[in-house]
Amino acid sequence: MIVGQQKPFEEIWQLVKDHKQFTVFGCNTCVAVCHQGGNKEAGILASQLRMRAVQDGLEIKIDDSGIERQCEHEFFEKAEELIQGSEAVLSLACGIGVQFMASKYPKTPVYPALNTTFLGDVPETGLFSEKCQACGDCVLGVTGGVCPVSRCAKRLLNGPCGGSTHGKCEISKDTECAWQLVIDRLEALGRLDDYEKVQPIKDWSKDRAGGPRTFKLEDF
Amino acid sequence: MAETVTGSRLEKVLKSGHQAVTSECGPPRSSDASHIITKGQLIKDHVDSINVTDNQTSVTRLCSLAACVHLKLQGLDPVLQMVVRDRNRIALQSDILGAASFGINNVLCLSGDHQRFGDHPQAQNVFDLDSMQLVQTVRYMRDEGKFLSGDEIKQPPSMFVGAAANPFGDPFKIRVPRLAKKVACGAEFIQTQCIYNLDKFEKWMEGVRERGLHEKVYILAGITPMRSVGMARYLQKNVPGMDVPDELIERMKGVEKKKQADEGITIAVETIQRLKECKGVAGFHVMAIEWEEKVPEIVERSGLYPRPKID
Repeated sequence: MIVGQQKPFEEIWQLVKDHKQFTVFGCNTCVAVCHQGGNKEAGILASQLRMRAVQDGLEIKIDDSGIERQCEHEFFEKAEELIQGSEAVLSLACGIGVQFMASKYPKTPVYPALNTTFLGDVPETGLFSEKCQACGDCVLGVTGGVCPVSRCAKRLLNGPCGGSTHGKCEISKDTECAWQLVIDRLEALGRLDDYEKVQPIKDWSKDRAGGPRTFKLEDF
Repeated sequence: MAETVTGSRLEKVLKSGHQAVTSECGPPRSSDASHIITKGQLIKDHVDSINVTDNQTSVTRLCSLAACVHLKLQGLDPVLQMVVRDRNRIALQSDILGAASFGINNVLCLSGDHQRFGDHPQAQNVFDLDSMQLVQTVRYMRDEGKFLSGDEIKQPPSMFVGAAANPFGDPFKIRVPRLAKKVACGAEFIQTQCIYNLDKFEKWMEGVRERGLHEKVYILAGITPMRSVGMARYLQKNVPGMDVPDELIERMKGVEKKKQADEGITIAVETIQRLKECKGVAGFHVMAIEWEEKVPEIVERSGLYPRPKID
């Protein structure tokens, strides 16, 4: 899923403080799971912003609401009227939702309340961990199901580098060495010999490097 | 003597059966070339070739390629270190051609320290290729006379191609297979991480010999003299992939402070003397970090001087 983290409150405040009215919209899917951008968080953030407005002696009408998923048209129906009537929108969606909203309402300023941080999983309650960079050409089949593109700080396809120490990455003792994980996993699968297969130079044109990507289902 | 394929002095020394001696110079954080030239002059009679580091520890410096050109103009045989952290395949191939155009005939292909260690931790990193793929790339350019795109290179670069090996990185069990991979990619010489744990290094070399890798690649053992017990402790605790045994710390500690530098040199010399007898070690890479003036002494005391005369 997409993981996001709320921006510092002051940064959010600076984005919206000059409006007379705006609406805070949660996005109740991915970023709700990480307790950063769901409808509940939208309500809390709206309250904090109202208090700040009072503290600063500003008259701002701040509404809040939620959209189940800010990246698809069908979920906007119920919110349509509220958005149309808003001077501006503060979106707690990921960068995708913010842009989708902005493109739907070309004359409404839409501000992000979150930093979209990564594509990750939930290995334990309250912990979110990056697992994919959407490189467009998955190598998990040859790396024992561990992604070196997202989890190795140097995205080495033929790792580990010389900085791997006691299973940790050279950048931090808190970061696991992805290649240690690859090797452990290959060993567990009885495929350690596969380690010596040289992984070919990657075609990064399928990655962000190749420009914005789209994908169209021909049957629709 | 085995047939040489490049104009590299290092290649000639190794292929004529001598134990080679290389050293390295770090370029300055300035546009003043005199610094690197002075370093080169200090050590030129005691080494066969000189590595020039490429923004080592991710700290921005005068570029390796330009520094290599300065050394080449002094008649020395530079080894162009190239990390894949900062340049994509277009820039890497371009710089290889540029280096070759100045008669630089050695390249050492490296990943590079992560930028988090350097002066620009906010920088983007590239890692379009990894170090093994860079080895493959240079060999392909040289041997096939082509760019990675398949386009022809009218005058291919004449490069003797090296890579690094760290026998002390984890997991240990893949450190020999990892060397095998680099050899399979086309590495012709290897310069190792600084060796302090000799038992572990010799164990690694045993594995290297079992697979006959020492007959396919020239392995230069990495030697870095310690200047003080403080440096020894720093290397032990703070440098990932470095293995400094406690005995060495104790040995340095047992010497009064002003004699610790001499003790560090003596340890380096003893390391070389022991590894000269280690089958499969084809030479030594003496990295006296910001202490280049000590290289001649280390080389002489290790019995590696004079260096062979090679045309």
